Parts: sequence; structure tokens; C-alpha cells
Amino acid sequence: MEKALHIENLSKAFGGVPAVKNLSFDIDQGEIFGLLGPNGAGKSTTINMVSGICRIDSGRITAFGYDNRSHYRQTRRMLGVVHQEIVIDNFCTIDQALKLHAGYYGVEDDPEWRLELIDLLDLGPHLDKVMLKLSGGMKRRFMIAKALIHRPRLLILDEPTAGVDVELRHGLWDFMREINRNGTTILLTTHYLEEAEQMCDRIAIMNHGELVALEPTRELVRRLSRRTLKLWIDRPLETIPAGLENYHPRLVGNNRQLLLCLPTDTGVSDLLRQLSALHLGISDFETDQSGLEEVFLQLTRDGGGS
Amino acid sequence: MSGSNGQGVFKPWLPFVTLLRKEVLRFLRVASQTLLTPIITASLYLFVFGATLGGRISVLEGFNYAQFVIPGLILMGVINNSFANCSSSLFMSRYLGGIVDLLVTPVSPPQFILAYTLAAMLRGALVGLVTWLISTLFAELPWEAPLLAILMAVLASFLFAQFGLIAAIYAKNFDTLSMYGNFLILPLIYLGGVFYPISILAPPWSNLSYLNPLFYLIDGFRHAILGVGDTSFAVAFGVSSLLAVALFVWAAWLIGSGKRLRS
Repeated sequence: MEKALHIENLSKAFGGVPAVKNLSFDIDQGEIFGLLGPNGAGKSTTINMVSGICRIDSGRITAFGYDNRSHYRQTRRMLGVVHQEIVIDNFCTIDQALKLHAGYYGVEDDPEWRLELIDLLDLGPHLDKVMLKLSGGMKRRFMIAKALIHRPRLLILDEPTAGVDVELRHGLWDFMREINRNGTTILLTTHYLEEAEQMCDRIAIMNHGELVALEPTRELVRRLSRRTLKLWIDRPLETIPAGLENYHPRLVGNNRQLLLCLPTDTGVSDLLRQLSALHLGISDFETDQSGLEEVFLQLTRDGGGS
Repeated sequence: MSGSNGQGVFKPWLPFVTLLRKEVLRFLRVASQTLLTPIITASLYLFVFGATLGGRISVLEGFNYAQFVIPGLILMGVINNSFANCSSSLFMSRYLGGIVDLLVTPVSPPQFILAYTLAAMLRGALVGLVTWLISTLFAELPWEAPLLAILMAVLASFLFAQFGLIAAIYAKNFDTLSMYGNFLILPLIYLGGVFYPISILAPPWSNLSYLNPLFYLIDGFRHAILGVGDTSFAVAFGVSSLLAVALFVWAAWLIGSGKRLRS
């Protein structure tokens, strides 16, 4: 099966400053793929090169087997793009704009599908309004409807839930899952790591224009996350006992709490046995597992990705 | 959900038709600015030069001043509005960011140029047509070669639609965009023979007027209507056509390469 998106050795610089460096990855048909990274990592530049807003310096992009430069009409009609910036056009009501947008993609307006999108995204009461009259959340929903009006096979969402309230964000997640279940592949960039962790099958993390991680979400979190074991000691410790160096020990809480880092493949029982032999006088303990947020910070910290 | 992933039949010409429709809807929606204002301006010119001065002075043998000036006023409306439609629509699109909605679609560069151009030409034609209809209240024109007159008007609107696209792409802000109109087109129109035949100017001004590309458009159009002009129709048409082709190539290169539109 053709890849929904194939990116090969993609590079882009602005005024001599590299924004994307030799980037390569694939997105399979039917998956929800997350592209993460701090501001300036190159995520939006990558998406803009895929959608055609940004010119490619070197490398190649294909969507469903078509090169996005030599066969740009084929690729663009298979993509739907929700831009990060809210695009305002006040010459049409949102209903007129949806009809026009289907035409830009070379397909006749399908009233049934348009009404379904309007219904799913709760746009019904606002159809006769121009965009300026919509609230921020409504503008965001309208942009999603517009990106889907021609039934794209790959939906690109560049920070779709930025600045929307929690209720709407969860509503949009449900909506994205539903269109994904109906066969639309999704490429999502987001700053909300919870969003990526909940939504994405695989995650790529970019930093300084380069790919620093690309794995199934669960594996990425498992591989890179560290569990922390916190021990409460019944008396203050003057020094960290010998033999625990591999666990990066730290004394906190007036030297009555000992923090140890455990790789995810290390069993707690082995460590507890070792601690028991040290006769530390452990009164209590707790473990804590880092999520994607910590993984992300770990990978995007300078040098963290190498 | 009925299924988001099942695209309809792709009609390659539909992106062009849609963009053209949108551009026409755009200027019709703000018709008070895009049609009514230029028509009122043209009517005021016609009143001043038709009802007051038109019958009293003559700058061209065999014609009163109203007959002389009306072809120039018609073409001035065509030129200004063709330019304004392309330049303001595309620049606003760039300025407000709406252009990205278009750049991600399968609208091809030729379709992009043609849709913007035809909408601009339509607006220019509507203003020119209404200006002519109003002018019939003040003077009757002989219409020596109506088809050639229409050809020159079409050429002028095409040429200034291209120039409008180019200006919109190069303009960095509203000030620079208005400079194209105020400091380039307006002086070239006024010095291009709308209000006087350049033959009445003394050298070097009469010779310098031949360097003004607007002179050829205006003179060619007037020549087709009145049957006389400062230069032959063939020269006027030839120079105007060359300029139109040059501007079209320039606009096509800008839009095809995505310069200043795609980062």
C-alpha cells in the first residue's frame, strides 16, 4: 500500500538559516501521526512544504505515491489543511465559503456532506455569518470544516486546538478520531502533549529542524520515560550509601528522602532487595512514571536528541 | 458520518470557474466601492467636460471637446478598475493571509492568472460601458471601428489586470500599493492624452509623450472611435500588445514561481 505521506531528505533554509535539515519519515494510510517539537523546530515549515505553501530547497515529498511538485494537482486534492493561523475572508458567509472551497478542489458541492460537517462541528446557527462575526472556537471549527469539504485522504492539522477551551478541545479530539475511523489519515502538530499522547499512533519529535525521535507513541514514552522511586527514611542520611550510583541517587527533604531513577526495564523488586540489605530504615516509598511531557523535554533539550 | 474519505469526481476546470466566481462576487458584494464610485467619478468628468466645456472648445478638428475627451474617460475607467480589482483583491488576500487557502488547492498558475484577470476585465468593462452610456447624454460618438475600439479596451483591461497582479505581489503594504496608482498610473493617464491630443504640445513634451505607454492605448481607442489619432492604429495596437505580453509574462513568472506568495 502506498504511503499516505513520504518525506525524503527534505531541507529548507530561510535567508541561509536552516529551518528543516535532511528530514525523512513516512506516514502510513489510516494512522494519526503526531509531529511535535518546540517553537522553531521546523514543524510548520515541514507542513507548509507538504501543502505547497512553502517551496522545497531539496528533497522530495510524495502523497499517496504522487510527487507534490510534479503532480501538485493530484496531491493537493488529496490533502486538507487546517492552518495554524486563523485565515479570515469576510467576503462570503461561512456557508458560501464552504461551497466555494469544494470548487477550488475541483469537486462539486456535495450538500449532504456539507450539512453533515456543519452538523458535526455545530456550525448550523452561524451559516449566514461572515467569519469576523464568529468566536475563536467557531472560527477554528469552520477552518476544520473547510479543510474537510472536499473529503481529503490526508488531513493536516497544524495546532488545531491552540487557544480553544477544554470542552471544545475534547470535542475536536472525538471528531478527529471519528474521521480517522472513516479512513482519513491525520497529520497533527500540537503543543499539547496530552493531545499527542491520547490521539497519535506514532509520534515524530523535531528539534532545530531535525528529527530526534520517531516511534509508536506508547513505545516512545516507555523507552524514554524514567520511573522515579522516592523513599522516606526514618532518620536523616549524611551520605548516599554506596552501590546505588547506577540509579542517579539524590537526597532531598532534609536528607530524609532518597530519590532514585529507574530505567523502565528495571524491576522494583531487585532494587528493594538491594535497599533492604543496606538497612536504611525505609518507612515508606512511592513510584512515579514520567509522561510524554518529560520525554519531550528530555529529547528537545540541547543535545538531548543526539 | 457518511464517510469522509471518498472524493467526488475531479473536474480540472472547476477550480478556475470557482475562483472566477469568487472574484466576481467579491467586487459585486462591495459594488458601492467597486462600481458606483468609479461611475460617479466618470459622470462628474463627463458633466464638467460635456455639459460645461464640451461644446465651447475644440482640440481636434471636426470634433467638439466632449467627443474628444469621452473615449479617454471611458478608457480611464477601464484601466483604473481593471488595475484596482486585481491589485486590491490579491493584496488583501496576501495581507489577511487568505491566500494560503488558495495556495494549498489544485488551482494551477494559469487558472489563477486567468480568473483574476477575467474578473478584473469584467469590472473594467462594466465601468467602461456605464461611462459610455452616461456619455451619450452629452455627446454622440461616430464609432468608426467599434470592433477595434472593443479590442483596444479589452487589451487595456488585460494589460492593467496583469499590472495589478504584479503590483499586488510586490507591494509590501497599503502605502506602496497606493503609490502604484497615485504616482504611476494617474500621471501616465493624465499625461497620456486623455484630456488633450499630444500634437498640441511643444517639443520636448510632445516627443516625451511617445514614451508613455498609456498614450498608445488611449490614442488607439480614440482612433478606433473617432477615426483620427496622434499615431496610426497599427502602431498603437502593436505597442500596447507588446506591453501586454511583457506584463503577462512577468505576472505568469511571479505566480508560476510562487515568488512572494510561497515562502
